[in-house]
Amino acid sequence: MTHPSSAKRNRVFVMSGLGVALLIGVFLSPFASQNPDGLDRVAQDLKFDKKAAEAPPAHKLPFYQIFDEYAVRGVPEQFATPLAGLLGTLATFGLAWGVGKLTSRGTTPPDEASPIE
Amino acid sequence: MNFLLFSTRLLPQGVSHTFVPRLALHVPDGFLNAPVLTITWLISIGLIALALNRVQAEYQDRAVPLMGVCAAFIFAAQMINFPIPGGTSGHLLGGTLAGALLGPWAGSLVMVVVFIVQGVVFQDGGITAMGANIFNMGLIGTFGGYYILRMIRYIVGRDKLSGMVSGAAVASWLSVVVASAFCAVELAISGTVPLNVALGAMVGWHILIGIGEALITVATVTFIWRTRPDLLYRSPRRTAIANPPRSLSTR
Repeated sequence: MTHPSSAKRNRVFVMSGLGVALLIGVFLSPFASQNPDGLDRVAQDLKFDKKAAEAPPAHKLPFYQIFDEYAVRGVPEQFATPLAGLLGTLATFGLAWGVGKLTSRGTTPPDEASPIE
Repeated sequence: MNFLLFSTRLLPQGVSHTFVPRLALHVPDGFLNAPVLTITWLISIGLIALALNRVQAEYQDRAVPLMGVCAAFIFAAQMINFPIPGGTSGHLLGGTLAGALLGPWAGSLVMVVVFIVQGVVFQDGGITAMGANIFNMGLIGTFGGYYILRMIRYIVGRDKLSGMVSGAAVASWLSVVVASAFCAVELAISGTVPLNVALGAMVGWHILIGIGEALITVATVTFIWRTRPDLLYRSPRRTAIANPPRSLSTR
């Protein structure tokens, strides 16, 4: 097991790391450049942007009722993207944590060679 | 779009206000044909299965918090498009960053989580094209980027920050350029756009976008190196330290 001081350091790391991500997702997201990005620009220049599906499969999912891309529907415009950033960052954090928890194995004590399942 | 209230930047002429996909390299549904979708899905699923196996065999649960933080950071950072001279923008992909922090295996799983949330919840990148997007923007970085980073890092010095920084800079820039070239080839094979024009246009912009990728990747790994070097995959070995650093990996 990790001893108490390193457990505390890990907690500090997680809280500050998630904190930075949330600050970016909530407060920086409204200032993202609105210029068309890489593929978008090329698609416009080379005139294949219209090939994008008008009604992609993602529009049939329940999330589409809540999110219009990175904007929450039905809230004032200035909160739509920060709220989407908040929810998306937390969802990604939780999902990656869950995937890690399910796939990684338990802690191996430093003095024990055999793996613990 | 939704950002106009805050944005001081005017939409460039010719950009429709009703249809502005936020692509970067996120391929939407409709750009790729069935054979390309199938092949990219199969390659991605194969590499994800390999990554799941290796994480189960190699990683201890102390990697879990870093996986959560890394995924959250890359998701949030991908929302921030930075302007590129010439009226374009780009954003972090993060594959090389995830590989540098967590290694190629857990790093790949983190990237997959990011693209699932983007595609399923936020309609960013097509669902049918998710295999291609996971491969282009995730796995090229977590595998290709990671191994280039490691090679440079070990040549310069595994335990030197300069090794990590030079490796991260070159590998992350290269991963973006290579990803854009793969994307162009996929578009061309699908008959969406001729290869000669697509390749030049895609690589041309991403040579610039890759500089942003390199800056963010270098800044982040430098910060982790200085604050919590013990958390890094194949962490630097220090002598005379009270709390000996342990790698996330068991080997």
